[in-house]
Amino acid sequence: MFRKPPEAPDAVLVEVEGRPVRVPPGASAAAAALIAGLASTRTSPVTGEPRAPYCMMGVCFECLLVIDDEPSQQGCMVTVRPGMRIRRQEGAREL
Amino acid sequence: MNAGTRAGGYDFVVVGGGVVGSSIAFGLAERGRRVAVLDEGDRAQRAARTNFGLVWVQSKGDGMPAYMRWTRRSADLWPAFAQRLESLTGVGIEYRKAGGLVYCLGPVEFDARREKVEQLRAQADIYGTEMIERAALERLVPGARFGPDVVGASHCPNDGHCNPLLLLKALHAALAIHGAHYLPDAPARNIVHREGRFVVDTPRGSIEAGRLVLAAGHGTPALADAIDLPAPMKAERGQILVTERCRPILPIPGSGIRQTQDGTFLIGSSKEKTGFDDSTTVAVGGRMAARAIRILPELGGIRLTRTWGGIRVLTPDNHPVYAESARCPGAFVAICHSGITLAAVHAADLAEAISGGALGPTLEAFHARRFHVPKAA
Amino acid sequence: MSDRPFDLVVIGGGPAGLAAASQARQLGLSVALVDEQPAPGGQIYRAVERAEAEGRATALGEDYRHGLGLVRAFHECGATLFASHQAWQVEPGGRVFATDGKASRLIEGRRVLVAVGAIERPVPIRGWTLPGVMSVGAAQILHKTIGLVPDAGVWIAGSGPLTLHFAAEIVAAGGRIAGILDTAHGRLPETALRHLGGVVRGWRYVARGLGYLARLRMADVRRVSGVENVEALGEGRVERVRWRSGGQWQEAPASGLLLHEGVVPNTHMTMAIGCAHDWDEAQKCFRPRTDRFGMTDVEAILVAGDCGSIGGARVAECRGRLAALGAAASLGVISAAERDRLAGPVEAEVSAHGALRGFLDDLYAPAAELCVPPDDVMVCRCEGITAGRIREAASLGCRGPNQVKSFTRCGMGPCQGRMCGPTVTATLAAALGMTPQEVGAFRIRPPLKPLRLGELAALADAEAGE
Repeated sequence: MFRKPPEAPDAVLVEVEGRPVRVPPGASAAAAALIAGLASTRTSPVTGEPRAPYCMMGVCFECLLVIDDEPSQQGCMVTVRPGMRIRRQEGAREL
Repeated sequence: MNAGTRAGGYDFVVVGGGVVGSSIAFGLAERGRRVAVLDEGDRAQRAARTNFGLVWVQSKGDGMPAYMRWTRRSADLWPAFAQRLESLTGVGIEYRKAGGLVYCLGPVEFDARREKVEQLRAQADIYGTEMIERAALERLVPGARFGPDVVGASHCPNDGHCNPLLLLKALHAALAIHGAHYLPDAPARNIVHREGRFVVDTPRGSIEAGRLVLAAGHGTPALADAIDLPAPMKAERGQILVTERCRPILPIPGSGIRQTQDGTFLIGSSKEKTGFDDSTTVAVGGRMAARAIRILPELGGIRLTRTWGGIRVLTPDNHPVYAESARCPGAFVAICHSGITLAAVHAADLAEAISGGALGPTLEAFHARRFHVPKAA
Repeated sequence: MSDRPFDLVVIGGGPAGLAAASQARQLGLSVALVDEQPAPGGQIYRAVERAEAEGRATALGEDYRHGLGLVRAFHECGATLFASHQAWQVEPGGRVFATDGKASRLIEGRRVLVAVGAIERPVPIRGWTLPGVMSVGAAQILHKTIGLVPDAGVWIAGSGPLTLHFAAEIVAAGGRIAGILDTAHGRLPETALRHLGGVVRGWRYVARGLGYLARLRMADVRRVSGVENVEALGEGRVERVRWRSGGQWQEAPASGLLLHEGVVPNTHMTMAIGCAHDWDEAQKCFRPRTDRFGMTDVEAILVAGDCGSIGGARVAECRGRLAALGAAASLGVISAAERDRLAGPVEAEVSAHGALRGFLDDLYAPAAELCVPPDDVMVCRCEGITAGRIREAASLGCRGPNQVKSFTRCGMGPCQGRMCGPTVTATLAAALGMTPQEVGAFRIRPPLKPLRLGELAALADAEAGE
């Protein structure tokens, strides 16, 4: 739903669902997931429905992601770092 | 009298719509009594909403064998009680007779716990509690990876757990199905005993009934005097931590850690003398979290979403008080902690006794006069 | 573990917090500012320094660039900045606990100023949980921070200045959108007449709004007015959008749907602290009760900016300065007379910048169906609770959000009731024939953001020593 951003010379290389993606510096992990074109970023642990970022400002918690193997992180509140591994969160987290 | 009340009056008015009042009212309504339940509004100080959800036998009743037997009786009634409520209302209350664990960190705690279990057993052999070593604990809960400090636990097969919030919902739904009137936003302000009947003044009008049950938690003392009921009480704060939902690993509830059917972990519970202040503190939450993480280190990485502070409803010796008024016969009081554990027996034996008009010899031991008798040497 | 106690701890780095920090420093107070973003600016001036450095700020407008001055003044004022820190509990005595995502620390202040801004009003419509449905604010954050622009299949639905502002911003950035579904039902001429004085005094803001409209017309952006019953449809993500206007149902393909129905004060923190709140019927929200300097009824706690009352960025900035004056006076750093003398011109500025507010509140009041949705609409996204379940709980005797929460789990998910709270209150008020004030709000409990349990445990030892 977003146009592909112009390639920045200082783009940050991250991994989204195992695929390399270059994103602008200062992007959040949730923005990286959107740029990567993920159809959804998690499934609800209650209803199983697919969900994706809604508010991008830390309010809705729909963008919970597994970032560098740690689940339940608010993707919109985490700024990308080179090499960051971003994965969808499926249902209730593992311990 | 306002809309919502009943022409022809009530057999019983129950003051208090928490789990204790609602359980007794449910039992009375099941017995065909016409019941009104008076409750506060949304901001009520409600122990039922800040509860850990244990149906807990082990550790209960130290120093009062009658309470030990009463607790075990309730635990035995719980499976049928849960089934009855669920089939009546369609509200699942997530009751499981899963047994219960008290974790022991280090040999000193293990030995102390063993001694306590023996001491309780000596008073009344109703618990069925066994001390189990770590290896047996791991076999019992294969999904959990315990921390190195866990040497074992006491295990009681008669313990269990439920969802206390849904229990209250089911009770309220059951009251409606049985034709009882639940009246929220109607806290009792004053009770008058007149010509053998009870008139309770509320902001929604006055409610009259032939008999009265006072089960208003910490609201009890303000109302008890007028109808000559005892209300010896003390307040104790308990804080509880609740986490995000996780995949299930812990089917057996423990004294300080329980995983609910939703997958959330409840971690508790403090005992603080802070009066009626129900706020939560980082210091206490931190200590509870630290102990939980020593038991299950992986908990350290999951997210805390809420903390609660609740005020336990306690008598001076922590055991229940049930009594009938001498001067105003037909007025009963029920003050107790453990409203969840005792819900089944409250809806059965206690409701039966109150419905029949007398508490009888089984409940004699619970009268508040025990606080006035000097203890035997 | 505690940093030295500050005279003032400001929570939130938007216009109110930044202005308060700078003003308090000028008065000689020691100041810490705790902000959840990596760089100061808040949502309104989000990433303004980065945008300026990348040459994108000018395109985002003069209003946005105004934030640069605030941010620069803040950097020079000598306040201590805790960036990327989320405050998750405020204990009595000005004890602010905050996490940087790895570890938590205690930051103590003799006064604490809550300046956490606004959040967008939830827009519970059919299909709003589908991926591809976002808030307008969310899309704007993506634009401000990294220059992301919606594609031509994206619809905007809603009302309020932000919808027009954002659409114009996208057009200016060379983007295209599918169109705007305008849900405002206030009638412009009548509303303007009712607030004529404000409209005249707020002419600069009116002119700006007209400028957005002109730009959208020039770019030939489709605009449908009088829209009701917007729905997002699709399998697994939004594919089509449906709405009613002029009594007719219409449907169009959509690659995304952006919703906005105005903003409400972010009251989570003040509610958790235990400040008294009142229902504001004009703005259809709860707000903390304060005096003219933002002092709440809780000792040492002040409020400034949109988390106190929606006034917009420039009013927030003034309110921040007023709160700094209030804090300084309450600490005995300046006299009450000095405080009042300094406050005079600032309050005049508040009045000037706030002149249009009554008109905006009236024109863009959210439609009844959005405050009180039909039974099948999801209200609590986290726990999957519909409006019907809330009404069912009310029929069992629940008289407010807290009993509803305990009977349904509505509000118990990770967002802690932020996304459903306003709807639950409004739905109950309608069902029970009570006012929102009588129904009340969720009781908010710490932590204000989900916190790793290990972080809390790590504080136990430090706290035990105190």
